Amino acid sequence: MKWISPGALSRLGMLGINARNRNYIARYNPRRAFPLVDNKLKTKLLMETAGLSTPRLLFVVEHQYEVRTLEAKFADLDAFCIKPGKGSGGKGILVVEHRRGDIFVKSSGAEIDIEHIRRHVSNALAGLYSLGGNPDRVLVEELIEFDPVFAGLSHEGVPDIRIVVFRGYPVMAMVRLATHASDGKANLHQGAVGVGLDLATGRAVRALQYTRPIEVHPDTGVRLDNIEIADWRNMLLLAARCYEPTGLGYLGADLVLDRSRGALLLELNARPGLAIQVANGCGLLPRLRAIEARADTRKEEAAERVDFAMSAFAAA
Amino acid sequence: MSGARLVSWLLVAALLLLGGGIAWLRHVQLEIPFLPGDERPVWLVEARVDFLGTGGSARVALDLPEDPPGFRLISEQAASPGYGFSIITGRDGDRRGEWTRRQVSGPQALYYTAQFLVVDGDPARIPVVGRPRPREPDFEEPAATAARELIAVAVERSSHAESLTRELTALLAGAVGDQNAALLRASVPDPAVLLAQLLNHAGVAARVSQGIELEDARRRRPLTSFVEIPVDGQWRIFDPVTGRQGLPENVLLWHRGGESLLDVEGGRRSQVTFSMLRQSVPALELSQDQFGESWLAAFGIAALPIEEQGLFKLLFLLPLGALVVAFMRIIVGVPTSGTFMPVLIALAFLQTSLGLGLLSFITVVGFGLILRNYLSHLNLLLVARIATLVVIVVLLISMLSVLGYRFGISTGLTITFFPMVIIAWTIERMSILWEEEGPSEVLIQGGGSLVVAVLAFLLMDLRIVQHLSFNFPELNLVLLAGILVIGQYSGYRLSELRRFRDMAGLDR
Repeated sequence: MKWISPGALSRLGMLGINARNRNYIARYNPRRAFPLVDNKLKTKLLMETAGLSTPRLLFVVEHQYEVRTLEAKFADLDAFCIKPGKGSGGKGILVVEHRRGDIFVKSSGAEIDIEHIRRHVSNALAGLYSLGGNPDRVLVEELIEFDPVFAGLSHEGVPDIRIVVFRGYPVMAMVRLATHASDGKANLHQGAVGVGLDLATGRAVRALQYTRPIEVHPDTGVRLDNIEIADWRNMLLLAARCYEPTGLGYLGADLVLDRSRGALLLELNARPGLAIQVANGCGLLPRLRAIEARADTRKEEAAERVDFAMSAFAAA
Repeated sequence: MSGARLVSWLLVAALLLLGGGIAWLRHVQLEIPFLPGDERPVWLVEARVDFLGTGGSARVALDLPEDPPGFRLISEQAASPGYGFSIITGRDGDRRGEWTRRQVSGPQALYYTAQFLVVDGDPARIPVVGRPRPREPDFEEPAATAARELIAVAVERSSHAESLTRELTALLAGAVGDQNAALLRASVPDPAVLLAQLLNHAGVAARVSQGIELEDARRRRPLTSFVEIPVDGQWRIFDPVTGRQGLPENVLLWHRGGESLLDVEGGRRSQVTFSMLRQSVPALELSQDQFGESWLAAFGIAALPIEEQGLFKLLFLLPLGALVVAFMRIIVGVPTSGTFMPVLIALAFLQTSLGLGLLSFITVVGFGLILRNYLSHLNLLLVARIATLVVIVVLLISMLSVLGYRFGISTGLTITFFPMVIIAWTIERMSILWEEEGPSEVLIQGGGSLVVAVLAFLLMDLRIVQHLSFNFPELNLVLLAGILVIGQYSGYRLSELRRFRDMAGLDR
């Protein structure tokens, strides 16, 4: 059994869960801001008010009685994404890529009928996917047409870009690629591939699946080391601008690159995970400390913050 | 150190001091033992008064001790059929047991039994109450002359009351040829009385005390006499024959100064003898018997009715379970399904025994998972589904109980202690986990929960832990301090040392 010593972790500047919860989330994320990001509907409205682009909302299901007449609403929709408002960690997200008559085809290729969707929406409304089982609302969004840059990089679903933003400064980024093992979801612990991104260029640093480095995508065989995210600076800018409207000092912004609309904000996370450090092969702590020292002494606009991050946190 | 940090460390220190302090105070003051099964030596002493009734009414008074030096009276009773008995406390605090009866004839035997607890502390320290005066000597010639001469010699050789006593003892016991000593010994046969009289003659307010030499299972022993003299507010005890100063450890002073040991009216040939037995009594029982009324006992729950006590016995184990969960999740990083579900499971194990509890828990959850799988086809609303699971869990548990009873495992009945609603939720969560993350995650989280539950159970099942948590509820403040300390830990979790193991290659 292989272990790493706490001393080595500390030398690498790795942030642990306890330190993240105590020193960053508890200190910089005000409790009242949590509902803003835990509820995707609220996040969406907030972002739209602040002028940040998000995937288009088709409609919202609020009550159980609406479930009976659901097929009418889906009548002229070919591709869509169903999300529970308070789901966390990708729970309860159902992606339909296209349909054949009454049959809906999921991103995994599985075929489902309207009954399945009805049950899924009903469960989500009853709070199956929300924290504490609270009643929930269900968002139905337009499906993102992902940029051809990502062709062959994701088995199913959309590759999303996770950027950790500390006090408005982007500090680390990775792109998460769904695999067959992760059932089209972008969660690393479920088997998605994590590719660390150089903050200066948006180029791949290294790629991992289940914490082990890999060279090619396990399903498509496409090389992962020449990934380069287009429009990188705008991506960082979009993430950095999430700081002001939410007031969250330590947040994870999940973004996608849409073919026609460019960078879109998918969702925000007030408790972003730590796997991004492994994907990048370096710890968050030195960067967080550098930002703490900087943000205490000056107040900068989003563009200045992005420029600082791009120059200070470039991969060696 | 920041302000908030300082405050929380101060709070931790205050909780430690308060919890530990109250526990220590209660241990010292109420003698509640820190260890279960702690036993204390107790002497059961029986005084037997024999006399011959003369046909008329009789009144027998026996001097009774109250907390003699080195001992504490913990219980007493008198058994004498046909006699009235009462204990009378005199003005100077002297206690006398009084037996009375209208008509008494023939040989009579009266019994008084008392239990004395051996207590620590210097047995030689007996404070002098009031200001004792030397009594006028009542020697008759020629003993009076002999006494004066003996005292003159002793005074010559001594400097203070204690050395005078020692010298007098030596002279009295001394050479066979000493005529004065021989004369005095002949006129007053009891050496203690003789020594006390001589000392009073010399101006020292000595008195005679009587005690029992304690030896296990001895019967019908007489009292042994000692001489006490007041020095600097303390009574100093001397053996009148050897002159040895101080009270031997195994002597229980029964009768001290004051009135006579035994008075019998309406009887003759009276005598008192003592039998004794060494016993061991659980220290906890002793404490409750003795100090049930003390204000410090108010911190304990021994004052509650037994039924509530049983409840608290379990309740006070919860904080320990919470500490275990905090430790396992924050320091070790074991994933559990539901934060405090493991503690409740551990409490249930306490009622069922570990093996059977584990077996029935896994059976119920396993069956529940299978049935829950069918439920998902019914397309029920979430709350109704959980409610259905609660009913299913109740039915499963009752079936297990009936089966257990049929097969002669009566402990099967106690699995009703499992928190049913918690189990229902566990099944629901596990089943969603199964659908979303696969069976391996169910095994990891379920296994983690069971590991934490078993660990909490093993701790809670320790006899000393149950003893401490029940008898020293204030120790929960110490546990609270521990939880606060864990809550401030921002270092790596043990599980992270494994999770990030592949980073080791990057450390240069």
